[in-house]
Amino acid sequence: MKSAEDARRFAFVQNAAGRFVPTEVNGRTETPYQGVHAHRPTGRKAAPPIPNLADYPARDSKLFPDLHTALEHCGLRDGMALSTHHHFRDGDLLGNQLLDTCAEMGVRDLRWFPSASFPCHAPVIRHLESGVVHHIEGSLNGPLGDFCSRGRMRGLGVLRSHGGRAQAIQDGEIHIDIAVIAAPTADPFGNANGVHGPTACGNLGYALPDAMYADKVIVVTDNLVPFPALPIQIPGHYADCVVVQEQIGDPAKILSGTTELTRSPDRLYIARLVAEFIRDTGIMKDGFSFQGGAGGISLAFTIFLGEMMKQAGVTASWIHGGTNKYLVRMLEEGLCRALVDGQAFDLDAVGSISRNRNHVSTSPLISYNYHAKGNFLGNLDVAVLGATEVDLDWNANVVTHSDGRLLHGIGGWQNCMLAGCTVLAVPSFRDRTPVIVDRVTSLCAPGELVDVVVTERGIAINPRREDLRKAVRASRLPVRELADIKSDVERLCGRPAPHPVLDNVVAVVKWVDGTVLDSVRQIPG
Amino acid sequence: MSRHAEAGRKGREARSDCHVTIEPTESGGINLEVTSRVDYLYADAIRSLVLDALDRLEVTDARVTVEDQGAVPFVMLARVETAVRRAWPGRPFPECLPETDPAGTVPTARDRWRRSRLYLPGNEPKYLLNAHIHGADAVILDLEDAVPPAERDAALLLVRNALHALSFGDCERMVRVNRLPQGLDDIPPLVRAHVQVLLLPKCEDPEQVRAAAALVETTRAEAGVKAQVYLMPILESPRGMLQALEIAEASPLTAALTWGLEDYLREIGGRRTPDGEETLWARSQVVNAARAAGVQPIDTVYADIENLDGLREHTRRARDFGFEGKGCIHPRQVPVVNEVFIPQPAEVAEACAIIEAFEAARREGRSVVAIGRRMIDAPVVNRAGRIVELARRAGLLPDEGGTR
Repeated sequence: MKSAEDARRFAFVQNAAGRFVPTEVNGRTETPYQGVHAHRPTGRKAAPPIPNLADYPARDSKLFPDLHTALEHCGLRDGMALSTHHHFRDGDLLGNQLLDTCAEMGVRDLRWFPSASFPCHAPVIRHLESGVVHHIEGSLNGPLGDFCSRGRMRGLGVLRSHGGRAQAIQDGEIHIDIAVIAAPTADPFGNANGVHGPTACGNLGYALPDAMYADKVIVVTDNLVPFPALPIQIPGHYADCVVVQEQIGDPAKILSGTTELTRSPDRLYIARLVAEFIRDTGIMKDGFSFQGGAGGISLAFTIFLGEMMKQAGVTASWIHGGTNKYLVRMLEEGLCRALVDGQAFDLDAVGSISRNRNHVSTSPLISYNYHAKGNFLGNLDVAVLGATEVDLDWNANVVTHSDGRLLHGIGGWQNCMLAGCTVLAVPSFRDRTPVIVDRVTSLCAPGELVDVVVTERGIAINPRREDLRKAVRASRLPVRELADIKSDVERLCGRPAPHPVLDNVVAVVKWVDGTVLDSVRQIPG
Repeated sequence: MSRHAEAGRKGREARSDCHVTIEPTESGGINLEVTSRVDYLYADAIRSLVLDALDRLEVTDARVTVEDQGAVPFVMLARVETAVRRAWPGRPFPECLPETDPAGTVPTARDRWRRSRLYLPGNEPKYLLNAHIHGADAVILDLEDAVPPAERDAALLLVRNALHALSFGDCERMVRVNRLPQGLDDIPPLVRAHVQVLLLPKCEDPEQVRAAAALVETTRAEAGVKAQVYLMPILESPRGMLQALEIAEASPLTAALTWGLEDYLREIGGRRTPDGEETLWARSQVVNAARAAGVQPIDTVYADIENLDGLREHTRRARDFGFEGKGCIHPRQVPVVNEVFIPQPAEVAEACAIIEAFEAARREGRSVVAIGRRMIDAPVVNRAGRIVELARRAGLLPDEGGTR
């Protein structure tokens, strides 16, 4: 339990977005958010220690009998930072196996640095309570989100986008002592890929920065093959140890659910409006590019847009995204030239990665990293995203529910804000909870980057985007002002009262450049 | 006489609904307990809404619980009123109405386009809230087959409140009442709530239509409702079919005539076949009776919501048969039906010519409109105007700079 003293210890400053944020997080000095492109750090990137071939002389010398011995070999001790990845999503078994092993080994105060956590990681609460794990830096949702939201985690949660996580590793903002990479297929040298094996998930891009920058790297697989494991997605020259476990993921949960087309008529309607918006603004033209999504509205909009592209005879240059059978079909039908894959969501996508040379895997380190010589978003014409809240200054929230409870990770959401046109596709209210509010509970995207909000009650275009407003003036789209949609909803639902949160900060939201954008406060209960 | 009563649904899957219980007591005032998934936003609002409703319903002593899954005010009011009426059966209560939508209702007309009409179960709050967004020409809030008999009192209050609180955008506001004579009880509160079309199910006798029409007119007069309310009888039995013409022309309020395939087929002992021969006579009967009476013939629904190609084919046949519209039981059916009933290019061209001739006659001060030797009368001009408007909406003709 965090004491009142802990809470008072933070010094707060008001950042460029007007939010009060701590200047120190988990012992690190932090920079408050300065503005979208204002923060320009100097210096050099982080670097792992120089390894020596003499320490890895023989064939098979990296193979260890189990996680325990591998962790021992890597020098596991109290207070270390350990990372894992969410390629298996809610089917991940390795995260729990790792922390259980650490508990057996008697270490304490670890920092767990997952690329994302899922409800399957609820058992980690036990290790947080017993002191094995000090705190988690990574997305917090489900039971872990509740645990953190109620102020029960020592240390602060740190919520970063996928690109922000890669940036933080690269810049040395977070130092990973041991990266543990779940590999659907690996060889004894440590070459790893996600294309083959019983837990095939397509792409291992989230683990790339960890492999490059961690002091030690353990590759864990349930499908060991002779050298070389092809294709090489994570090169084995980063690996210290290779461990074979009986099972590292639950295949039934790795690729399930997310490619189901929504049956909600309201969501389908919003998805169709989004596609019509992209068509009628002229964004949909030969050679354009977009971010495809999985699940809900973002999946449905892709399908509608694909139909409209076919009708108009338009092809895209590339599509970025969580990939699925619908995007694979578009690639195969010639509706796009390339599929750039951050994450595969079904077996069609996994198969396509291995057989289609125009379907390529990428890592957030390359596609989303803000501290880089450009990233893929500079080439992306439009991204369609969800949100829990958006306010009249166009600020948006994706991490907390309106009651302040941590609900989602940021994922690629913040990164996609830098696309040519950013569309939030959201219902205007969910079970009487308005989505358009006076002030977002948690600030995750500054309003100047949110271009369009599409709801079932109309499309609102940010006044900063006069070009888009003009582009749809002659169309039949139901374009309205954001404030009008908001008052419609308040007339129906009633005006919500300000709700209670406590002063105690439980987590911070980082911007894509590593600065602190907002604080997440404790909720009662 | 009072008793313990409940209304609404429980549990997390009862989204946008709430559950209310009332335990009448002898004394002690109102004892209210509320749990809500949106209490962090609306705890005080919910309490004062319920207390105010009980006050308006003149309930002074009761234990009341509300278990809320995000019901908006008009839904919660309907559930409270339902529970109160059930707790004191037979006692007269005032209507406990929500605030009226300031957007008001879009006026309708006897011969308005009714290509698609979307059925919505009248006791499901979550379907009512966004019913208007799917592009249907009309929404039908259903009090009959889509509502379990024990919940029809609840559905009536919910639908009545929805008609007060929601404008339903461009959609014509229809309600399918219960089978007459029970359905007569539904009519006055709906007329006061500005319903625009009443669907009369299982119509078998022109007297039923006349009784409904008379009740509509007296309620309008008493309540000072200016806007006209139209009727659409539904023929669902052999007896009704045989009386089709008499039913269609029973009242000047009747705007359209439709039929229900499932019930009709069951009653004649027929079976559905691919070419639909078993309903050939019924369909002919509906179209001919409607045309003879000067009302719109509207086709029944298509039950397989997964099969949009089947729906398209079925709708095309209905259009070619003379029907002007079709019922939809799922929002995904609406665009298909609308598209089929979009006027054909030849029709659009003819309508444009008629409008042009009419405009020319008006400019020249002539009272007679003609194209060549064909005389054009007012209903034909009106119809041409609507075809032109539909064609504009569908993008077949450029906008006149006006809005939808």
